This record gives sequence, structure tokens and C-alpha cells, in this order.
Amino acid sequence: MAQTMTNVNNYMHKSWWKIASIVLLVYTFVAGFLGPVPHLPLLQETIRNLYFHVCMWFAMMILFTVSVVNSIRYLRTFNLKYDIYARHFAVIAIVFGLLGYITGAIWASYTWADPNKPATNSFSTIARDPKLIGAAIALLVYFAYLILRDSIQDMDKKARIGAVYNIFAYAILFPSIWILPRILPSLHPGNDGENPALDVKNDIDGSMRTVFYPAVIGWTLLGVWIATLKIRLSLLKEKKMSA
Amino acid sequence: MALEEPESRVWNGLFWVIQLFICINAVAKSFLQESRGRMLYFYSIASPTAFVLAKLLFNSLLMLLMSLLSLLLFTMFLGNPLEKAGAFIGLVLLGGWSLSLVFSFLAAIAAKAQQNAAIMAVLGFPIIIPQLILLMRLSSAAFSPLLTIPAGTVLMLVALDALIILLSVILFPFLWRD
Repeated sequence: MAQTMTNVNNYMHKSWWKIASIVLLVYTFVAGFLGPVPHLPLLQETIRNLYFHVCMWFAMMILFTVSVVNSIRYLRTFNLKYDIYARHFAVIAIVFGLLGYITGAIWASYTWADPNKPATNSFSTIARDPKLIGAAIALLVYFAYLILRDSIQDMDKKARIGAVYNIFAYAILFPSIWILPRILPSLHPGNDGENPALDVKNDIDGSMRTVFYPAVIGWTLLGVWIATLKIRLSLLKEKKMSA
Repeated sequence: MALEEPESRVWNGLFWVIQLFICINAVAKSFLQESRGRMLYFYSIASPTAFVLAKLLFNSLLMLLMSLLSLLLFTMFLGNPLEKAGAFIGLVLLGGWSLSLVFSFLAAIAAKAQQNAAIMAVLGFPIIIPQLILLMRLSSAAFSPLLTIPAGTVLMLVALDALIILLSVILFPFLWRD
């Protein structure tokens, strides 16, 4: 086991995608804050949050997918390396989910909250929104994954049960953040079966797309970068323990 | 409230919360009660797929029975605000089945993680909320003569159940060996 763990994949040490991540994020911040955006009623300049809020959820979904793929690889090979990959990608995905929540809360405080009422009144209405509840459930399911995985002492058992639950959690992600929000009424964009993230046909302006897609890639690469650092650290710890 | 008849929205909410707790108590025990020796015996006589399907079937039947029983008790003690009793009974059976499937699989995971009861609650509650929200919304239509129950949502619940059965069959062999 120790030998397979030392052979960390080379992509973790390559630097071109890390540079690409920084370049794309610098571009996101510069063009996102200074570039032209359509002026829509109510949204006004807050529309620039699209480059941050929506990208967080995209990055979260991609990282959860990477995590579940690693769990499947673990169950196929029983190589503990993949279990460590799965855990750290899930942790970073949760961080992106929380950031998506925070950016969404800032956005909602400028667009949904009623300025004539105290903030607590608006909060209780907004917090009951089905899309927010769906996202909260998704994050809770993954918190449960971390609790379950860390509550088991035996290494192999921990990896096996963690991987099984991770696959189950990924399957539950779809009803809670892809299906449920589309059928319940809500303030958030994307009712009646539309796409809640972005309306590709009407909403998103051509000029915004040139920032939005690079931003998604940039944030995702940043997430992968953080995850690989954590993975390398815990693989080193494993190596030291088994040596 | 214990002596008066609650209004239909309260009745509905109360009913599904009770269903949830019935399910946790009835179904969760199925895996947690098995002793190590008996699991070893099952291991030697049956394949994991057959074992998990049998567990799912038994828990489904148990939960269907419990659902009907609690519906009977509800109508006896809290009155009957149902406008469409047939549709509601159908939803109760579907809901009981969904709950029992999810909790059977979670009980299988929790049984392997030792700290049984606590981990069961942590794993179960977030996962069951989407289904409960859907069931409550669907069944609220049964309290009014004007609303119809959307067939698409019912089909989605059935599809979700099928997904959980499929996942149990695929993933249980990995939980099975020790």
C-alpha cells in the first residue's frame, strides 16, 4: 500500500494549469468588475455577482463529481489513495458550496430583501426559499459524509463505507439541487423547469459569457489546486505513518 | 390540540412527521438488531443481492402496514379532513415505501459504522427532507376538492425509489463483507 501511495500522479506537480487558474481568475476579477454588463431593472450592477455566485456552484458540482469518480475508483481497485482523493475533493466542494451560499446571501440582500422592513423579516422569507433549502440539504448530506467517514477507526472499513455513502450522497444531490428546486415556486431564477443556474437562451448576455465561462474554469482549477495540496499533505502523512 | 380536531394543513404535517419517526424506529432496527453471528450465518447461505432485496421487501411491507395503521389511528383520533381518501391512501403507501427504502439502505451503512443510533439520524434527516417536502406538497392536494395531484411528481418519486433500489443492489455487496 505504501508503494502505491508514493506514486502520486504527475498532474499534481505540473504547473501550467495552476498558472492558467491564476490568469483566468485575474481576468475574471478585472473584466468582471470593469467590463460592460447589461443594465437590468432590479439587478443593476449586482449582475456582476454572476461571475462569483454561479461559478461557486458550478465548481462545487464539478468537484463533487470528481469526488464520486474517485470513490468509484476506490471500490474498483481498493487502493486507499483514491479514498483520500475523494475525501479532499468533497471537502473543497463543500467550501465552494458555503461560498456560494455567502455570495448568494449578499446578492439576495440587495435584490430580494424588502428595504422597508427589518432585515430579520426578510431573512425568514428568503431562508424558506426551496432552492436555498435544497442547497442546504445537499451540503448537510456531505457534512454527514465527513462525519460518517471520520467516525470509523479501521482504515479499510472507513474507505469502503465512505465510498459507498459518497456514491449514495451524489445520487441524492440530483433530486435536492437539480429537480426539487425546479418544481417548487421560488424567488430564485429558474422556475417551471427552467435552468436555475443561468438561462442560456435569454438571460445571459454575449459579453457576459466571455467572462462567465473562463470564470467557471478558473474557480474550478483553483479548487482542484487546493484539493491537490491537501491530498499531497495527507499522502505524506500516511507515508510517514507507515514508514 | 390533543382534544380538538386540527385543521387539514396541521393534520397533514403531523401525519408525515409521525410517518418519519415510525420509519426510523421500525426500519432502522432491521440491520442494527442483527447479531454478528446471525450476519455470518446469512453470509454463508445467501448472496448479498438476495439478502438486500429481501431486507428491502420486508421493510417495505412492514412500513406499508405501519402506514395504514397510523392512518387508521389518525382518522379515529384526529378526525378525517380528507376530501380524496383514495388518492391520499395511495400517496401514504408510496410515501411509506419511499421512506422504508431510504432508511433500509442507511441502516445498512449505519450498522457497519457501529455508533448506530446517532449516525443514523445524522445520515437520514438531510436525505429524507426532499422526499418529505414532495410528499407533503402532493398530499396537500388530497385535502381540497379542487386541486389535482400532479402525476409528474408522483412518477418522480417512483423513479427516486427505483434509483434507491438500484443503488442498494449495486452498493450493498461492498458493505456486506467485513
